[in-house]
Amino acid sequence: MEQHATIIEGKRLGIGYRNGKSITTVHKGLDFRLRCGELTCLLGANGAGKSTLLRTLAAAQPPLDGELTLLGKPISGYSERERSRTIGVVLTDKTQTGGLTVYELVALGRQPHTGFFGRLHRTDKEIIEHALHAVGILNKARRYMAELSDGERQKAMIAKALVQECPLILLDEPTAFLDVVSRIEIMTLLHRLAAEEKKAILLSTHDIEQALVLSDRLWLLTRSNGLECGVTEDLILSNRMDTLFETQAEQIRFDLMHGVFSPTVEGRKSICLKAEDEVLRHWIQNALNRQNYFCLPPSAAQPQCPVLEAASPRNFTLTANGQTRTCHSFDELLQETASLP
Amino acid sequence: MGHKGFIYGGTLCASILALIAANLFLGSVDIPAQDVARILTGGEAERETWRYIVWESRFPQCMTALLCGAALSASGLMLQTVFNNPLADSSILGISSGASLGVALVMLVGGGTITAGAFTLSGFITVILGAFVGAACVLGIILFLSSLIKNAVMLLIAGIMIGYIASSLISLLNFFATAEGVHSYTIWGLGNFGGVSLEQLPAFSAMIAAGLLIAVLLIKPLNALLLGPRYAENLGINIRRVRNLLLAATGLLTAVTTSFCGPVSFIGLAVPHIARLMLGTSNHNLLMPVTLLAGSAIALLCNVICILPGGAGVIPLNAVTPILGAPVIIYVIVNQRKIQYFN
Repeated sequence: MEQHATIIEGKRLGIGYRNGKSITTVHKGLDFRLRCGELTCLLGANGAGKSTLLRTLAAAQPPLDGELTLLGKPISGYSERERSRTIGVVLTDKTQTGGLTVYELVALGRQPHTGFFGRLHRTDKEIIEHALHAVGILNKARRYMAELSDGERQKAMIAKALVQECPLILLDEPTAFLDVVSRIEIMTLLHRLAAEEKKAILLSTHDIEQALVLSDRLWLLTRSNGLECGVTEDLILSNRMDTLFETQAEQIRFDLMHGVFSPTVEGRKSICLKAEDEVLRHWIQNALNRQNYFCLPPSAAQPQCPVLEAASPRNFTLTANGQTRTCHSFDELLQETASLP
Repeated sequence: MGHKGFIYGGTLCASILALIAANLFLGSVDIPAQDVARILTGGEAERETWRYIVWESRFPQCMTALLCGAALSASGLMLQTVFNNPLADSSILGISSGASLGVALVMLVGGGTITAGAFTLSGFITVILGAFVGAACVLGIILFLSSLIKNAVMLLIAGIMIGYIASSLISLLNFFATAEGVHSYTIWGLGNFGGVSLEQLPAFSAMIAAGLLIAVLLIKPLNALLLGPRYAENLGINIRRVRNLLLAATGLLTAVTTSFCGPVSFIGLAVPHIARLMLGTSNHNLLMPVTLLAGSAIALLCNVICILPGGAGVIPLNAVTPILGAPVIIYVIVNQRKIQYFN
């Protein structure tokens, strides 16, 4: 498949729930497309409608309005079997697969391609082995799912989605419940799979840190702005990240420098900070922010405000009210700054 | 299938043959072995009553045990997979109570006694129909409740409650029934593989075979259902159709076994666990056939134990099945952290 070909496209899409005659609209007028070879992360606060959107894309629920086309054809025109060969999913659902081997679990992903009794032919077996290799658990193929770590289980589920041979893979919070090493591993794996296996991969996540590093594109979903799509850096530098947690805008802000959300600093006191390097400046700010200090560069500081000069993490010089003190650790420094009026 | 499948399959087939022999050669009437052999090969026996006992009583009872064991175990396995719940089975979820209620309604409204064996063909079809409607109703309720109750244990408790409701309705019916009806209901409730006569055996076998056929044909979607309904749907499984077929198969198997043999407990619950523990897999490709064979073997074993007292009488079936089944379940619960399929 041609690189960057559109796999799925939504135009003025309305999503939500239809229950008899009552209709609950979660979002309307969503426009988006997913391209092959790209990893896209769907970010949004809890309740923003991420799961509803993913379910609609997976055709587990019909759209309320607008067009949803998969490989140029309306999604409603797909049969169950065609769909199962086009969209693969990885969910957070509880499974009872502990008694299956990793190989057997991954083989379940071949069901859309196998016959009535699900017999595996040679090509099926080759595809399964390729997928196990691609996610890096070929050596665990004969182990029980129950014996795997959470990260390895998630890799097995990703391999299951791979052997479905779908151009589109949707993952619902694949890194939830994983430790930081596994989170980075899974995200790196997905990024590599998108590029190498020419898949369009969309995943919802709360792990913004990893998403910003590895995602080719971001989808920001909010109640008020709907869906905003774009290349990660375009969205960040046009300050779109601050819209993500709109209701908590008072308490948190997006740190453009470091790509993380952090609590809003209540700068009740100011200090003039002169630091040797960027790393030192960052961590001094981090420490002083906890004491509600607002750190100013020398150019912006008032003449009477205290001045902190940092040469190294072991050497701080604090000048306040005409007195100069030297500190040799953050511990000493913070005791001094805490006692300043 | 693989290496393991052949070993266990072969061993189970051999034990089934041995147990069939035990069922045919042992009984409350002492018949010499060479006479039994002669009768079975179509020869003449020393006494005509012996021929009658072997062909009219022991043979159908043995076949009934064989088929019922497979039927109960298959429905237990299907229910455990569909409800994502290793402790589900038709007696725990109240499905056999539903079938019993259906039987009781047909019987008592019809004014007779509760033993399908005593019926003419049309009566016997009505009884099975009643049992099927009862079982299907409870299955429908459980299926509906399972969409409301996400907790597996809570769903089991809801099933037990439905079973209680069905049982108390039966008691109410019994209150208005004749003493004879109550007596025969009590006997029926103890469970007995001897409820199918030689004339009824072909129809009985055909219905069980139909249910088992559906179970075997559903192996592929059952495997997909191990991942839960949403994953299965993504693998191209039509959840509604598969659930309806499973409902029909378990309803049919439970209804037929319950109306003839009474509500037989524990076989459906324990046998799938025995099969999983033996094989070390939840993969239905292997699990389903081994469950069927193990179910037949265990039902035949239970029947042998029932007739062991010989001339002194017959032990009720439902006194034997819990002794074999309950320890398995307790073992499974105690060791659930160590057993792969629980995790």
